[in-house]
Amino acid sequence: MGDILDIVASLPFWVAVLRIATPLVFGTLGVLLCERAGVLNLGIEGIMVAGAFCGWLAVYAGWGLWAGVAVAAFTGAAFGLLHAGLTVGLALSQHVSGLGITMLATALSYYGYRVGFPKVSTPPTITPFAEMSHLGIPVLSQQTPLTLLALALVPLLAWGLNRTPAGLAVRMVGENPQAAEGQGVSVAVTRTVAIVVGSALMGVAGSFLTLAAFNAFFFNMVNGRGWVCVALVVFASWRPGKALLGAVLFGVFDALQLRLQQAGSGALPYQVYLMLPYALSIVALVVVARRATYPQALMKPYRKGER
Amino acid sequence: MRLERRTHASPVALVVAPVAAVLATLLVSALLVRWAGAPVGRTYAAMLEGGFGSVFAWTETLTRAVPLILTGLAATVAFKARLFNIGAEGQLYGGAMAAVAVGGVQGGAELWGPVWLVFALMLAAAALAGAVLLLGPAWMKARLGVDEVVTTLLMNFIVLLGVSALLDGPMKDPTALGWPQSVPLAGELELSRPVQGARLHTGLFIAAALALALWQVFRRSVLGFDIRATGANARAAAFAGVPALRTAMVVAAISGALAGLAGAIEVAGRTGYVTMDMSPGYGYSGIVIAMLAGLHPLGVLGASVFVAGVLVGADTMSRVVGVPTYIADVIVATSLIAVLVATLLTQYRVRWARSTR
Amino acid sequence: MVPSVLRLQHITKRFGDLVANDDISLELSRGEVLALLGENGAGKSTLVSILFGHYEADEGHIEVFGRPLPPGQPRAALDAGIGMVHQHFTLADNLSVLDNVMLGTEPWWRPWSARATARAHLLATAQRFGLPVQPEALVGSLSVGERQRVEILKALVRGARILILDEPTAVLTPQESEDLFTTLGQMVAEGLSIIFISHKLAEVLRVSDRIAVLRAGRLVAQAPAHEVTQAQLALWMVGHAIELPERAPAARVGEPVCQLERVSAGSGRGRLSEVSLELRAGEIVAIAGVSGNGQAMLAELLCGMAQPASGQLRFLGSSMSGEVATLVGQGLARIPEDRHAVGVVGDLPLWENAVSERLRSPAFSRRALGLRWVRRGAAVAHAQRIVDDFDVRGGGLATPARALSGGNMQKLILGRALRSPDGKPARLIVAHQPTWGLDVGAVAYVQQQLIDARDAGAAVLVISDDLDEVLTLGDRVAVMHHGQLTAARPGADWSRESLGLAMAGAA
Repeated sequence: MGDILDIVASLPFWVAVLRIATPLVFGTLGVLLCERAGVLNLGIEGIMVAGAFCGWLAVYAGWGLWAGVAVAAFTGAAFGLLHAGLTVGLALSQHVSGLGITMLATALSYYGYRVGFPKVSTPPTITPFAEMSHLGIPVLSQQTPLTLLALALVPLLAWGLNRTPAGLAVRMVGENPQAAEGQGVSVAVTRTVAIVVGSALMGVAGSFLTLAAFNAFFFNMVNGRGWVCVALVVFASWRPGKALLGAVLFGVFDALQLRLQQAGSGALPYQVYLMLPYALSIVALVVVARRATYPQALMKPYRKGER
Repeated sequence: MRLERRTHASPVALVVAPVAAVLATLLVSALLVRWAGAPVGRTYAAMLEGGFGSVFAWTETLTRAVPLILTGLAATVAFKARLFNIGAEGQLYGGAMAAVAVGGVQGGAELWGPVWLVFALMLAAAALAGAVLLLGPAWMKARLGVDEVVTTLLMNFIVLLGVSALLDGPMKDPTALGWPQSVPLAGELELSRPVQGARLHTGLFIAAALALALWQVFRRSVLGFDIRATGANARAAAFAGVPALRTAMVVAAISGALAGLAGAIEVAGRTGYVTMDMSPGYGYSGIVIAMLAGLHPLGVLGASVFVAGVLVGADTMSRVVGVPTYIADVIVATSLIAVLVATLLTQYRVRWARSTR
Repeated sequence: MVPSVLRLQHITKRFGDLVANDDISLELSRGEVLALLGENGAGKSTLVSILFGHYEADEGHIEVFGRPLPPGQPRAALDAGIGMVHQHFTLADNLSVLDNVMLGTEPWWRPWSARATARAHLLATAQRFGLPVQPEALVGSLSVGERQRVEILKALVRGARILILDEPTAVLTPQESEDLFTTLGQMVAEGLSIIFISHKLAEVLRVSDRIAVLRAGRLVAQAPAHEVTQAQLALWMVGHAIELPERAPAARVGEPVCQLERVSAGSGRGRLSEVSLELRAGEIVAIAGVSGNGQAMLAELLCGMAQPASGQLRFLGSSMSGEVATLVGQGLARIPEDRHAVGVVGDLPLWENAVSERLRSPAFSRRALGLRWVRRGAAVAHAQRIVDDFDVRGGGLATPARALSGGNMQKLILGRALRSPDGKPARLIVAHQPTWGLDVGAVAYVQQQLIDARDAGAAVLVISDDLDEVLTLGDRVAVMHHGQLTAARPGADWSRESLGLAMAGAA
């Protein structure tokens, strides 16, 4: 217990927490946007891989870091468009379409990596984002600009959803698509835009891994973070502010288990510590599920003009 | 553009659809092969040869198909009832560990009971382990409304970490020169290999038998009706007297058990012990198989052979032509999407928006 | 000459083989209330959905205020000044009244929503038309009447000059309907033109200036309201004389089959509070009341789908608990409110749906190897008997149930409930809105079946929001309001007025 308190009281701990939380914030906001519009997007795991790969590839090819982030966003948007085409245009099962896209995006990325770099033993590196030491604020100075972007996106998305006409349209198509249609709002267009923008955010989440957290692309890099984002959205009751809270909480537990391992509290095998964040996600889901107010049209396909 | 439901499925569409799906898939992967700078024809030929071109190729493909059949069946029975079990990977490993817990022996020691008894208990333990791992998330969904997609996914990570901890610790094989692998299964428990010089094992027959059994259960039993009705319309099924909670739990038990058996049979038939990398994602591939099979147990047999052939063929092809093996995953993922789109188009007609005078 | 504000010409719409609208031409004048009359399935809702842009007509075109209306886009209809009050309200429960009203009224690219202005405009409009609302209330917390007000205001706030109301009184008490008619008068006074859809003859004569009758997709007659009678309208609607069901007074009322004693169940709106009722063999009890006052909970209890929180519920002398299959085997016959979503499993074939409730009985299944296996031969034969006896049309036994029309689906459900494999008649029939959405012929058929079952000795409970049906069928009638049930008095003791008062809670 004393170990834990020591760890939590130190600044480097919170630096690590924010760093771990950043891709989760992007990813969770992306899933949140899709689900508020009524569409489940299980493609996030694959889109994060694709975003990580394409963003890294762009920078490796000589483009700037922010250009790399843009490429990752664009990649995510492209897969989002595919998901929208399948689930909105063709009203296919959202579960299956998402899983199919995760497989496709992951397979394409790994394939592309192997085609481009066939015989490397250590992954080729790039120069990632630098820390913003010029800021002078304790924990934030050790973060990259992407973290600032993530933090800024939270109130921005909250404002967008709750205080703009476009956000109202998104919320309505997720609650009652017939009502939206009856007010002249195109359900298909609104959902597609929400999915594409949300998937772009997922791509950016992936790019954080290769352009900020680490400096290279390697297999199994995303390691389930996409799925955690899907869980965090439910935990967050589909609200951006709570999504940030959830991501930070996850970061706390993840950083904690790493440090507990290092502190050599050797009683428990290290795997138990690694399990903690996932197990706690499940607990959080159970706790929240009782009171969850789902967007009412989530996962119900909508076909205009069908009897 | 909008979709209009067809009153009856056009027979032409039923044939054209899967063919079109296959063609679309081959086209997409041909582009990728070109990107890798390899000749398309030779690549496909090598894949075909590697997967199906000789007796040996067939034995390899069928060996690879066994766990796919089982995880495919697991996904089929679950998805049919709209229980989206994404946790087959964890259930597979859980079953594998249970199998070596029952049937593993340290360095040539005596088996603790008659072979037939241990074998039966080994399979039962594996089935039980898989079932238990899914019953938790299934109960949480049925009683608390917690989405099973997320919980089963998270369980995968938890289970795999647990297996890793066990392989590093209590279940570790001390004679394995430091590699984390489990105590090996007793030799007498291993499944026999009918073909000389090939890895094909009798687990194939177990898997095929389970597919046939599941097919009959779906078609002719009241449980099968309960599953189909619940998956199609849970409210109407409940009204008709289908016991909702019981059906959900039975489905979860069967699905988890099948995935657990996949792990046990892989150990008993192919590897002999458990390692962290014994499954290259069979649990997830099972979902693809189930969808390709249209959630039909007999279709699972065909789809498993197809996917296994692609995976085995890609391995062989990669050594010969040099295109990365990940092309196989691309082909499988693309064919999934293509088949879904094609199936949809057999049920719906596309109408383009028309302007009126 | 009063200017025409709306002109529909040669509108034709097909859904697969079904011609929903067949070459319909119609005009609406300024300040006019035009009633669209027709039985269920005649094509009224389809026509106005085309007008509003939910569907696109296959042929024909529409002119609004002299300008052609682009088809298939609600936005175009809204911009042209058409507003629609849907039969099933298009409102989002989790959002506020203001949110629901504001949707789509501002340009999407604007980075902030002018809520204060919108709220003021909403309140002013509400004031002007006498439709009070609270802008910040969540729609999910409103009563049905309040929700309808929001639905109407959505259209008025956008400056609709033509208002379409689709079966607006279906969910209202007689008093609330009166309020609605007053509001309509106010709208007309403000210069609006109205299309009013209904299948209720008396209402239509009261409210409208002109009546257009649709039958089987065609416009068969148009006339000023003051020139026609109910009988004439009925004849136009149906096309031929219909045998209305005859209910002789209950001949032999026998023992109680089902008893509720101070039963309470459920929570919130729709709960039951201390309901007592006795259902006796050979008698029909009809329960009137606007949907949402606890009828669904009562139906659930009597269909074996729920248990009371307090009080006694007895069937054939013992407590009504246990599995649905057992209850059905004892003679419980159930007709659910929603035939599509609850009555059948649409994707499964007809024959499986026909025996779905009885699969667990020895007649249709046997045990082997730890599972029950379906006796397909017996099941298919029984299904065929039901299809033959109840004239269920629309495909063979293997067709998916969703392919059936509403009337045929209801006949299948009726046959399934009333026919048992051993030939024993049903003991208790629970019918929840049994004729909702059916055409006059099917309505008469179903009602006659219920009367015949009563004469064969069954205890029948009919829950209906249709006053005419209640008075036609009920040997005894009770009224449900806010979860409480009045005493069940003989039908002759009630009048439409006293029923209306009880439905509003002012008995």
